[in-house]
Amino acid sequence: MTSRTHLSRRSLLSLAGAGVGAALLGACGDGGTPSDPTAPQTIDWWHIQTTEPLKPLWAALAKEYETAHSNVKINITDQENDAFKKKLTTVTQAGNPPSLFQSWGGGVLKQQVDAGLVKDLTEETSSWIGELTPIALEQYTVDGRIYAIPWDMGMVGFWYNKELFERAGITSTPATWGELLDAVRKLKSAGITPIALGGKDKWPGHFYWSYLAIRIAGVDALKQAAADKNFDNPDFVAAGQRLKELVDLQPFQTGFLGAGYEETDSQASTMGNGQAAMELMGQWAPSVQAAWSASKKGIGDKLGFFPFPAVEGGKGAVTDAFGGGNGFAVGKDAPPATVDFLRSIVSAANQRRAAETGAILPVNKAALDAVRDPNAKLVAKTFASATGFQLYLDQAFAPAVGEQVNDSVAELIAGRKSPEQVTKDITAAAQNT
Amino acid sequence: MTATAAAPGRVPPSRTLAAHRPRARQRADRVAIVLFLAPALLLFIVLVLAPIALAATVSLFKWNGFVTSDPTLVGLDNFTRLLRDQVFVGDLRRGLTIIALSLVLQLPMALGLAMLLNQPLRGRSLYRLLFFAPYVLSEVTTAVLFRIVFSPEHGLATRTLAVVGLGDLGETWLADPDTVLFWVFVVISWKYFGFHMILYLAGRQNIPRELLEAATTDGANAWQAFRHVTLPLLGPTIRISVFLSVIGAIQLFDMVWVLTGGGPVHASEVMAVTMYRFGFERFEVGYASAMSIVMFLISLVFALLYQRFVMRRDIEGALTVMGGQR
Repeated sequence: MTSRTHLSRRSLLSLAGAGVGAALLGACGDGGTPSDPTAPQTIDWWHIQTTEPLKPLWAALAKEYETAHSNVKINITDQENDAFKKKLTTVTQAGNPPSLFQSWGGGVLKQQVDAGLVKDLTEETSSWIGELTPIALEQYTVDGRIYAIPWDMGMVGFWYNKELFERAGITSTPATWGELLDAVRKLKSAGITPIALGGKDKWPGHFYWSYLAIRIAGVDALKQAAADKNFDNPDFVAAGQRLKELVDLQPFQTGFLGAGYEETDSQASTMGNGQAAMELMGQWAPSVQAAWSASKKGIGDKLGFFPFPAVEGGKGAVTDAFGGGNGFAVGKDAPPATVDFLRSIVSAANQRRAAETGAILPVNKAALDAVRDPNAKLVAKTFASATGFQLYLDQAFAPAVGEQVNDSVAELIAGRKSPEQVTKDITAAAQNT
Repeated sequence: MTATAAAPGRVPPSRTLAAHRPRARQRADRVAIVLFLAPALLLFIVLVLAPIALAATVSLFKWNGFVTSDPTLVGLDNFTRLLRDQVFVGDLRRGLTIIALSLVLQLPMALGLAMLLNQPLRGRSLYRLLFFAPYVLSEVTTAVLFRIVFSPEHGLATRTLAVVGLGDLGETWLADPDTVLFWVFVVISWKYFGFHMILYLAGRQNIPRELLEAATTDGANAWQAFRHVTLPLLGPTIRISVFLSVIGAIQLFDMVWVLTGGGPVHASEVMAVTMYRFGFERFEVGYASAMSIVMFLISLVFALLYQRFVMRRDIEGALTVMGGQR
């Protein structure tokens, strides 16, 4: 074994004998921040709403804020989910985060907190934080301090095509895993693709394993496993075995391993074009289905929602929810107006506008009445009455572990890895951090 | 080749030009050399040597890459972990597969086309232009293009097969772990065969007509003339083309990243993709740096050995001869 010594950043860099490299990295560091909220300032806002309806709404909010505060300029960088994550990684590693950026909380946010890259918002937001739904704040709270503000909340569940279910003779939505497998069999024999999945992106696949682990082992067991860095638990292996039962039925669309979540010929477009009967996805699914469908409208009121089914003999309650909302974190060097602008995004009036588009579930309690869509109402109701909550595993865990979950589950779904191997690999990744 | 005449040993040291020059002149030469060399050398140190040194150092640490967090010294752990990493070992295998396919399929095809396009042919320049055109596209553009072509349901490839009644054959182009690497290779070839073709074409045009005429006069048929005259004289071109092809395969990233992201299930993943995943997705910068060092060493060792043993004669004339001394 090698001895493990801690070295400061400075000594490592100088050790490299590359003062230039250090200078290059260092130059990306501080840009100097004005502390006066009335001084001219620019907010760099990175978000991931690249399609209707939120993209134009976010742009409008920025414009309105600029008009009301002539000294503030807001630069928007909107990128698709995966591109955003990669670009953010680069700038955060260089110690230079944007002023305001998309966050899902959890382990990724904690890593940013540990690295001193995001602002502690606890004091600055205390006057209005009470307007927001408390459970939505949970994923952004690290050691009792708030580091990001949610603007959307929700959970993952099955979105299904009522017409296709009917055509396959399925009369009620599956309440247990066994019933789900039956539904898949019926759909297949009716010549309908049961499930749409974007295998190239990996994270949509990890929803299945995660939910099964939550149903079989329970939310607490997952949290404990992450803390102990040990997933070697028969319940997690069982989760993999249940998933394998589903995979063995070949429920996914042709070429799903090469398909992304949102693009042409993707999970979202397959659902939006009515070519698959269901997908396991978060609260945003209807708007993304519509955006990528050929008609740009999706399948409209043929779309229904049901919670992830219970697993016979599992320790988790069927009311435990998995998923997460969306939030914004504030970078360490953000200009002072950033938090004020963030406050305007989650104000009751603006949350109502966002909720009316049907693309989000508002976190501002006063805006909840703006949710009209019956499916969104159902998601909101299910989420509000959740008995336990687990954030997406690829966000809740440290990135090295989260990515391993995504990778290993993808391999299980492709039939290349056994359920035992999945838990072993995740454990190995956890112990490496 | 004039260089052979100036090779060391052939010219007695006392008779070299430098010996006759006055000392002041020699010093002025040195100053000029230093002045001309300094800017390039500085850039080389800052942009090439320093990053290599930094990566080599970081590879001995466990570090999440945040400049604000402290690295932990782990010695060679990152390197031993590489040897146990199925994905990384697979990367090496996949890299070799791509190289082998390039040498066996892509380069011979480019050579064949170059020979054909050297014949008098109506619209010859148009063909040359068409075959060369893909090389002008960036790797990312090419990959995006072929993602559309290989799109499972609405892609050109699937639709075309469906029209000729082979619809069941296709649809899983980039989605099948067993075949994805081959299709990635096809896209690489599509982009790069034109480049190699132009190389060969240029090499072919440097071969004096008299040699081939002499061969024909001696009764050689077309194949014999190609086998015993054209091919040996194309040697230097072929050797450099193989070299570029292998180095390109080792560095392969953009194309794979956009086309498949390395998937499904790592089946098309290559070293640079794995390195990127660990460095920028998993925040294991130390481990990723270890990968980059291994990649660097593989390229370096290959380049040195190849130049030493395969391209030795080709580069002899290209090295600068200074004052009669190498």
